[in-house]
Amino acid sequence: MATKSLSEISLDGLWKNNPALVQLLGLCPLLAVTGSVVNAIGLGLATILVLVGSNLAVSLIRNHVPDAVRLPAFVMIIASFVTVTELVMQALTYELYQILGIFIPLIVTNCAILGRADAFASKNGLLPSVVDGLTMGLGFTVVLILLGVIREIIGQGTLFTNMDLIFGEAAVNWKIVIFNDYPDFLFAILPPGAFVAMGLIIAVKNLIDSHLDERAAANKEQVEAGSKRVRVTGKIS
Amino acid sequence: MAINSAGFVNITSPHAHGGNTTSRIMMTVILATIPGVAALTYFFGWGTLINIVLASVTALSCEALILKMRKRPVGFILKDNSALLTAVLLGIALPPLAPWWVTVVAVSFSMVFAKHLYGGLGNNPFNPAMVGYALVLISFPVQMTTTWAVPFFLSDGQTISFSDSLNVIFSNSAAVATTLSDAYSGATPLDTYKHLASNQTALEIMQQPLFANDTQGGSASNWFAGGWEFVNIAFLIGGLALLALRIFTWHIPLSLLAALGTCSLVFGWDADMYVPWSLHIFTGATMMGAFFIATDPVSASTTPLGKIIYGAGIGILIFVIRTWGAYPDAVAFAVLLMNFAAPFIDTYTQPRTYGHVKAKRGMPAKPDANKDADKNVDHKEG
Repeated sequence: MATKSLSEISLDGLWKNNPALVQLLGLCPLLAVTGSVVNAIGLGLATILVLVGSNLAVSLIRNHVPDAVRLPAFVMIIASFVTVTELVMQALTYELYQILGIFIPLIVTNCAILGRADAFASKNGLLPSVVDGLTMGLGFTVVLILLGVIREIIGQGTLFTNMDLIFGEAAVNWKIVIFNDYPDFLFAILPPGAFVAMGLIIAVKNLIDSHLDERAAANKEQVEAGSKRVRVTGKIS
Repeated sequence: MAINSAGFVNITSPHAHGGNTTSRIMMTVILATIPGVAALTYFFGWGTLINIVLASVTALSCEALILKMRKRPVGFILKDNSALLTAVLLGIALPPLAPWWVTVVAVSFSMVFAKHLYGGLGNNPFNPAMVGYALVLISFPVQMTTTWAVPFFLSDGQTISFSDSLNVIFSNSAAVATTLSDAYSGATPLDTYKHLASNQTALEIMQQPLFANDTQGGSASNWFAGGWEFVNIAFLIGGLALLALRIFTWHIPLSLLAALGTCSLVFGWDADMYVPWSLHIFTGATMMGAFFIATDPVSASTTPLGKIIYGAGIGILIFVIRTWGAYPDAVAFAVLLMNFAAPFIDTYTQPRTYGHVKAKRGMPAKPDANKDADKNVDHKEG
């Protein structure tokens, strides 16, 4: 664990061990609030904030907390950061805070955050923990936004509705109407649509991974092609 | 079917058989829907036929496309008619004047997601046609509930003309579709009765033009359910023909109708408050559901006792959802819910194999008990 470089940690968080696509953690907010891009970005930012903060704090106290009480301690830390985030959102983006509602406090129960605190931050130093929190949070947010894009286009036929809730007055005109006279496709807006879209995103990721594996295997074979042996009847090491 | 080096087709045993192939069974079922489709067209106009054609074209193209993507033999599998059957059932189930994109979304979702993502024909745990139907019913409630055609005797003695049907279904402007279809669409008898029953008596409701026959001041072409009774009888005839041809056994349809009838007699005995049993059995998708949807050999239960439980479960669920639910009909949801339960029912209703003791149900309580049972079997066989 400790030998991982920062770039390896980043790759893990963003792709190889993506909390949403590989670990399948934090599915509840992931499926519930990704009805539009703005909700997805809002929840993603909140999650990044909590994840970085909790990883940082857990990493700082990792040598001072006895094993037996580490989980309650982690949960206390996470809950504090969620409260901070909630208050910040209440102050800066009140309307978005109202739309996301219960899912902001529910970040406490997002297993991705407790998972990173226990599996990574409690065993690693300050800098790797912060990088891990940031990249895991980014990986989560990217999937949230992707789901938001898919579901908003299919569900309502628009993109970037209400972006001014996060980005202020300048974003009022960001809304793109993709289909005119679009009858709302309720299935995509409701949670079942999120499940299907999520499944498709995971399928695409697995497809890309298997292509990468194949290419890596092909490269390897080319390197080893120098063998002169004609008959091979067993595994030669 | 592999072609060997000499150019002959290798076919595995048994070489003498009844001639029943998937393709033939599917085609028989499709042909058995003809009376029902004819009745639907007679009472409600061309919409159903247009839907069926549109659904078939969509289904075959989707199936061909995804078979190609899955690297399966396209021509061979397309010929098994299963995609065509799903399309025909969906075309019948969808409202006759539904916009074209409703049909296309329902059919492509049922083909791609409900059938091929699970591994194609034989591997789908849910009835594809009903998955597609439930999807559009949940997604487009307005289009799915306001586009039911009224029987011809309620719209000046004629159904909507063929060209007008095409206009309504394929029009891109909502305004054209609405003005044309408003004159020819209305609520189904089940829905109408349910809403009227809250403040009218059964006698008053039966005076409504949708329910009244000529002795009650209505149309001579009506009996008691605005044409739907004849549609259901037509599907019943087609279903009985399939039963006679032994495409399926009597268990599922009979237990479904018996459970639905019993429920509506026991809980809905008061016709002033609830929809009477006659409407439950003879309106909506009851007969089509009992004979054509619930009997799907892939997603239904397979053991004899299991089939009875499965059919009865669908019947009870249809009654419950129709009576206390918000949707006008319930066959799709009832069938899908029982599809969930079918593998579980099958596990607990395994019949006794000849020469063996009664099958163990579920997990053995103790490992020792299991061993004793095995000994008994050996002893008997020995």
